[in-house]
Amino acid sequence: MIEKINIITSSCIPLPQENVDTDQIIPARFLKAVSREGFGENLFRDWRYDKEGKPIADFVLNNPTYSGSILVAGKNFGSGSSREHAAWAIAGYGFRVVVSSFFADIFKNNALNNGVLPVVVTDSFLADLFRHIQANPASTVTVDLAAQTITDNTSGVSEHFEINPYKKNCLLNGYDDIDYLLSKKPDIEAWEISHQ
Amino acid sequence: MNTLFDKIWDSHVVTSVEGGPDQLYIDRHYCHEVTSPQAFNELRERKLNVFRPQKTTCSPDHNIPTLHQDRPIADPVSRNQVETLAQNAREFGLTHYGLGNEKNGIIHVIGPENGLTLPGMTIVCGDSHTSTHGAFGAIAFGIGTSEVAMVLASQCILQPKPKSMRINIEGELSPGVTAKDIALYIIAQMSTGGATGYFVEYAGEAIRALSMEERMTVCNLSIEMGARGGLIAPDETTFNYVKGREFAPKGETWEQALAYWKTLHSDADAVFDREVTFQAADIAPRITYGTNPGMGIAIDEKIPAEETIDESGKISFRRALQYMGFEAGEALLGKKIDYVFLGSCTNGRIEDFRAFAQLVKGHRKAPHVTAWLVPGSQAVARQIRAEGLDNLLAEAGFEIRQPGCSACLAMNEDKVPAGKYAVSTSNRNFEGRQGPGARTILAGPLVAAAAAITGEITDPRTFL
Repeated sequence: MIEKINIITSSCIPLPQENVDTDQIIPARFLKAVSREGFGENLFRDWRYDKEGKPIADFVLNNPTYSGSILVAGKNFGSGSSREHAAWAIAGYGFRVVVSSFFADIFKNNALNNGVLPVVVTDSFLADLFRHIQANPASTVTVDLAAQTITDNTSGVSEHFEINPYKKNCLLNGYDDIDYLLSKKPDIEAWEISHQ
Repeated sequence: MNTLFDKIWDSHVVTSVEGGPDQLYIDRHYCHEVTSPQAFNELRERKLNVFRPQKTTCSPDHNIPTLHQDRPIADPVSRNQVETLAQNAREFGLTHYGLGNEKNGIIHVIGPENGLTLPGMTIVCGDSHTSTHGAFGAIAFGIGTSEVAMVLASQCILQPKPKSMRINIEGELSPGVTAKDIALYIIAQMSTGGATGYFVEYAGEAIRALSMEERMTVCNLSIEMGARGGLIAPDETTFNYVKGREFAPKGETWEQALAYWKTLHSDADAVFDREVTFQAADIAPRITYGTNPGMGIAIDEKIPAEETIDESGKISFRRALQYMGFEAGEALLGKKIDYVFLGSCTNGRIEDFRAFAQLVKGHRKAPHVTAWLVPGSQAVARQIRAEGLDNLLAEAGFEIRQPGCSACLAMNEDKVPAGKYAVSTSNRNFEGRQGPGARTILAGPLVAAAAAITGEITDPRTFL
């Protein structure tokens, strides 16, 4: 089971950098755990903490001005390694939605499989959103999964976003893929026999 | 009018979800210690067995030390992860080539060398460089841990069918240009996210002329431009490589398999969603200057000036140069470097060691350079010794370490110190990838060899 998502209204944490790779989201040396828990503490570890483990003041997660369950990131978020630990770190930190103009494929799948909704917006929507958050860190965004809309509440501008209908249904209801695949065992066995 | 990709994908669709992804049957699943433990936990929580245990092969590679592999792993957290893989393999009845096993090595190196990777297969692994196996004309791609659990539980995953792209490299490569240079050139042209959403077929005269190991290098790096994977139609080069390998079909089954494999090519009238053509003659030995693999130049070019970068990309460009300690517009030839890493699933095979050894032969390693030469597998290490490359390299001041992923992602002790420059034959130059603060310059084995003996960024063509 994954945590359900329907309508989320929240202030945002802005990360305007492009091509944020999964090595930045969670560096490899933190991948040695054998459970899914605890990765949120090391989210963006090397941007967030210095060598001595002290918070780096100008990194956005250390800036008390910004808070919320929506991460707004520059183009091509989540590139690189397939590590699902990146999605676990984002979910573990408390994000439910990541907004960007472009996501890397594997990260997008991993996020969806962990109840984190990636929302793809246009470049201009993203640029306006960054500007609004900078001008007023309390400005909010509303994501409505059932309606597939994202609204920048500062301007009132809404955009439709795409999501695979199957994945949408999973997130709305908290289903995961294993339940579905296990229900298809007879089809799998039939496929195997016909492809021997 | 099908593409090679369509032929393999469509024949593996078990069911299709209405308006959703395809349920794809997986022929081969590779498993390493980092991305699998939580998947096995999930099976235990749901009281499930592995559905088809003979289709999964496990080998620890990411965490393992490259010295003293006969001793217990010093880092207790790494040791626990490596032991957890062995325990899970035992509990669920999976083949496991553990540390010290003659078949141990980087999972993407051992699959092909044992004949586990075959044309026409669907192959997945919780590792983005699974695209390596596409070199055999297979659909191979990286998956997350939830998907690893799906494959273990059902031998299937749910995937939307990606779009198709063909990248043609026409003409002949110039001397001193390697498969790695082809890949780094393509990625720089396409950018780090330019092939996202696509599955790429590599074609053209220069691709056909590559050996299997070179094809693996090209396909390995597909993910670095965002592609779901990359593949090359199988041909005589492929069949000759596969024939006789331990798990490859034999006798009559071989003949049947071969007949099928010969149908695995894009039809003449196949239509791709996107098609791009490059000329081999335009490709020179390459290096990267920034913090993603798309930030690359020919070795004798200058870093781009800031004016040439898109407005939205300027923050990342400045940050990358600051991290690397480079200036926009500067040349990198002659820059002093500190470390050289030869290895990884990208360039850790025997031909890479031969190329490196050939160039350094008769020279000495620069005294200030620390060089890590890490074979991709036990089999590669044995071949290095069988050919006497270890002695040749020792005479030049290099030592061969034990196999593993090593400094490619620095999960073991092989970490490049903060601020130091490493010329690395691996696949990612992300911030901190080779150790916190490490500065990675990606390159092929010849550029790495030239840098190792001069101690600076050097055009390998000056040694030809």
